[in-house]
Amino acid sequence: MNTIKHRPVDVVIVGFGWTGALMARELAETGLNILALERGEQRDTWPDFAYPRITDELTYGIRLKLFQNPARETVTVRHTSADHALPYRRFGSFLPGNGVGGAGVHWNGMLWRPRETDLKMHSTVTERYGASTIPADMTLQDYPVSYQELEPFFEKFEKICGTAGQAGNLRGETVAGGNPFEAPRRAPYPTKPLKQQYAGQLFARAAESLGYSPFPIPAANCTEAWKNPYGVQLGVCNYCGFCERFGCFNGSKASPQSTILPSLRQFSNFSLRTQAQVLRINTDASGKKATGVTWVDEQGVQHEQPADLVILSAFQLHNVRLLLLSGIGKPYNAQSGEGVVGRNYAYQMNGSLNLFFGEKHNFNPFAASGVTGTFIDDFNAGNFDQSGLGFIGGATIGAATSGGRPIQQMPLPAASPQWGSGWKKSIKQHYLHTMTIGSSGSVMPYKQCYLDLDPTYKDVHGQPLLRMTFDWQPNELKMTQFMQGKAEQIARVMGAQQVESGFMKPGDHYDVRPYQSTHTTGGTVMGDNPKNSVVNKYLQSWDVHNLFVLGASVFPQNLAYNPTGIVCATALWAAHAIRTQYFAQPGPLVQA
Amino acid sequence: MVNHDDVAHGRRRFLHQSLALIPLATVVGRGVAPLSAQAAPVQGVSPGPVPLWFNPREWRFIIAACGRLIPEDALGPGAVSEGVPVFIDRQMEQPYGYGQLWYMQPPFAEAIPELGYQSPLVPREIYRRGIAAIDQHCQQHEQADFADLKPRQQDALLTQLEAGELNFSGLPGALFFTQLLENTKEGYLADPQHGGNQTLASWTLIGFPGARADYQDQMDNPNKPYPLPPVSISGYRGRSA
Repeated sequence: MNTIKHRPVDVVIVGFGWTGALMARELAETGLNILALERGEQRDTWPDFAYPRITDELTYGIRLKLFQNPARETVTVRHTSADHALPYRRFGSFLPGNGVGGAGVHWNGMLWRPRETDLKMHSTVTERYGASTIPADMTLQDYPVSYQELEPFFEKFEKICGTAGQAGNLRGETVAGGNPFEAPRRAPYPTKPLKQQYAGQLFARAAESLGYSPFPIPAANCTEAWKNPYGVQLGVCNYCGFCERFGCFNGSKASPQSTILPSLRQFSNFSLRTQAQVLRINTDASGKKATGVTWVDEQGVQHEQPADLVILSAFQLHNVRLLLLSGIGKPYNAQSGEGVVGRNYAYQMNGSLNLFFGEKHNFNPFAASGVTGTFIDDFNAGNFDQSGLGFIGGATIGAATSGGRPIQQMPLPAASPQWGSGWKKSIKQHYLHTMTIGSSGSVMPYKQCYLDLDPTYKDVHGQPLLRMTFDWQPNELKMTQFMQGKAEQIARVMGAQQVESGFMKPGDHYDVRPYQSTHTTGGTVMGDNPKNSVVNKYLQSWDVHNLFVLGASVFPQNLAYNPTGIVCATALWAAHAIRTQYFAQPGPLVQA
Repeated sequence: MVNHDDVAHGRRRFLHQSLALIPLATVVGRGVAPLSAQAAPVQGVSPGPVPLWFNPREWRFIIAACGRLIPEDALGPGAVSEGVPVFIDRQMEQPYGYGQLWYMQPPFAEAIPELGYQSPLVPREIYRRGIAAIDQHCQQHEQADFADLKPRQQDALLTQLEAGELNFSGLPGALFFTQLLENTKEGYLADPQHGGNQTLASWTLIGFPGARADYQDQMDNPNKPYPLPPVSISGYRGRSA
C-alpha cells in the first residue's frame, strides 16, 4: 500500500481528548510545531452540542452517538486466562469516547484530588496493617510521584475547569462543610459548590446524624462566571440534566471544547487532523527512539508522520493497545509475572441502593448536573480503621443524581411488572419519588487481571483487538459488601418505604452488560523502575525516551474516586517536565 | 388528567392512517379485509405512516404486540396511539437496525450471560425471524396470527416468551422479547422526533419535563412539584399531569 509521507513535526499527539488537548495547549507556548491526530470527528459546543437537539436521550444516551462505535473497534473479554475471550459486542459496562474532546465531552464532571495516602497505597497498607495483609496475587504499588509534587497541577486543572466545590482542608486547616479527609490544598475551589437536590439534602442529614461528614461533590460544572487560566470564559451550570453521555450546550461543564480549544486555536503552530486513526508508533532500528506514527485516514489511505516527540494520549485501553501493536515495552506475561505492558489492569467497584419513598417526596431527578449530590469519605481507604476487615481499599458513599432520563434513569422495584398496565402504574408511582445511594469503590491490581492482544478478533483495519482478562476478586467483593452495610445504615435513617440493593455479592462475576463506569485503568502504569512500570514519574516511556503516555493507563491501581483529576493533573505535570527538563536535554528524565 | 376521548381518537387516527397506507393488508380489528375494501389513498401522497421495513404481516404483529406491552388504559395513551410501531419501524432502517452499532464480526460462540450479547443476529433479523416464528406458533396452536388472538391470549404468549419458555430454531424467545420490549419502551419514552411519544403522554404520566433542560429555579425549591408540562425538542407542549 502506498503511504503518504509528511514533513516532520516537532510533536505529534495521538488522541485529542482531555490529556491530548492539555498537552497541546501547554506545549503550544514553546512555538514548536505541534500536530494532533484524532481518530474521530471534529466536534464543538456549537453546533454539535447545541440546545435543544442535544436533549435527545435516544440518540446520545442509548445509541451513543458521541462514543466509540464497537462495530469498528472493541475489546474482547474473559474472566480468567483459562477462558476463551469473546468480543464486547454491545456496549454496556464501559463506554470509551471518540472524537475531539474524547470522553471529556460526555463525562459527568466529578473532579477529585487523591489523598496523600492514595498515591502511597502500598506503603500505607504495609505500615498500618502489615505486608502480610496484602494477598499474594495483589500487585499493589505506590505512585512514583507524591501529592505535594502534583498539588500545583491539581490546582491548575481545577482552575482550567472553573471547578465548583467546598474546600475541606485549606493549607492544613479543616474547613466546615468540605471533605475533612481532603489532602491540603493551597487554594479554595474556583467556584461555589453546586446546589443540592432534595436527595442530597436528605442524605446529608442522615449521614450527619450518624456522625459522618457529608460534603458536596467536587464538580467540573462551573457555578459562577469564571475566566480560566487560558483566558477562556465558562458559562454557569443550569442543571439541565444532560451531562452524562451528552456534550454541554451551556459551556459550563468542563470539556476540552469549553476550556481549552478557544485558546489553543490562537496558536498557528498547532494543527489538528481528525478522522486520523493511528495504527502504530514507529521506532528506529535501535527500538529506543520513536520516529513518528503511521496513521490511516477516512479514505483508508496510510500516512507516515515523522516527529521528534510522540505523545500517546488516547483512551486508557487504546494506549495499551497501541504500545502492544507498536512493540514498545515488554508485554506482560501473566504466567511468569514478567513484562509490563498490559499489567495491572483495574476498574471500579460500584454498588447502589434504590430508595422508593412514595409520592410525598419529590426528588425531581431531571433537575441535575452530572455531579449534583452529597458524598461521605468516611469509608474511603485510609480514612478508617480497616484492621481485621479483610480487604484493602475503600469507597465513597453518597447520593448523586446525574439526571432523570426516562429510558435509562428510572429505577423500579424488582417486583414491579416489566410491561402492561402494571408497568405504567409503576413508572408513574416511582419516577419522581425515588432516589439512589451509591458507593464508588477502589479496585486493586492482580497478577491475573491484565490486557493483551486477542489472537482471533480484529478491528476494522485488520489489527488485533485488545483482550481484557478480568474478574471481580474476593478483596473487592468483601469491600463492596462492607459498603452495602454502611449504605443501608444511612438508608434506614432516611426512612424510605422500600430499599433495594444493587451491590455485588460474593461469587458474582464481572458482567459486561449493565453500565458500571468507564474508569478502566492501568496497563501502562507509572512506577519507580522499569520492572514494575511502563513509564517513569514524568509519564515518559522507560524504553523510548521521546514517548510520553498520558491517561488512566498510568494508574498502578484504581481509587474509589473517579479518575479525571489524576489523569489531567499528571498530564499537566508531564507537560511541565517536558517544557522545563526534556526540551533542554532530551533523554531519560529518570535513570532506570 | 388525561382526556380519554382524545386518547381514543389518537388511537383510531393512528390505526386509520396505518390502514390507509398498507396496500396489501389491513390492520384494524380481527379480520383481514379483502383488498377491494381498501380505502383509496390520497392521490400521490402518503397520508400517514408507511412501514419502511416491516412487511404487512409483521406490521400487524408489531401493532398488536405494542398494544399489549404498553396498553392504553386509565393512565392514558399506550404505545400504539403514541406511534411506537412507527418508531420501531424507523429504527430498523437506522444503522442500529442493521447492527452497525454493534461488533458483528465472527466467530460467534455460546457464552455465559456475563459476557454479553453474542448472537449473530442484528435487530432486523431478530424481528423478521421472531415474528415469523411466533405467527407460525400461533397458527399451529390457535389457527390464527398473533395479531388476531384475544388480548388475554396475546398476554399469555408474551409472558411465555419473557420467561424463556418459547424458543425457536436459531432464536431464543427471550432474546426476541427483550429486543421487542426494549424498543417499545424506547419509542414510548423517547423524544417524539423518533416517531413515538407523539403526544408526550409518557412524560406527562411520569412527570418528566422533556427538553426544558433549565432548572435553576427548581434547584432552589427542593421537594416541590415541577410546575410546567413537558415539551419536546420540536417545541410541542404536552399536557399537564
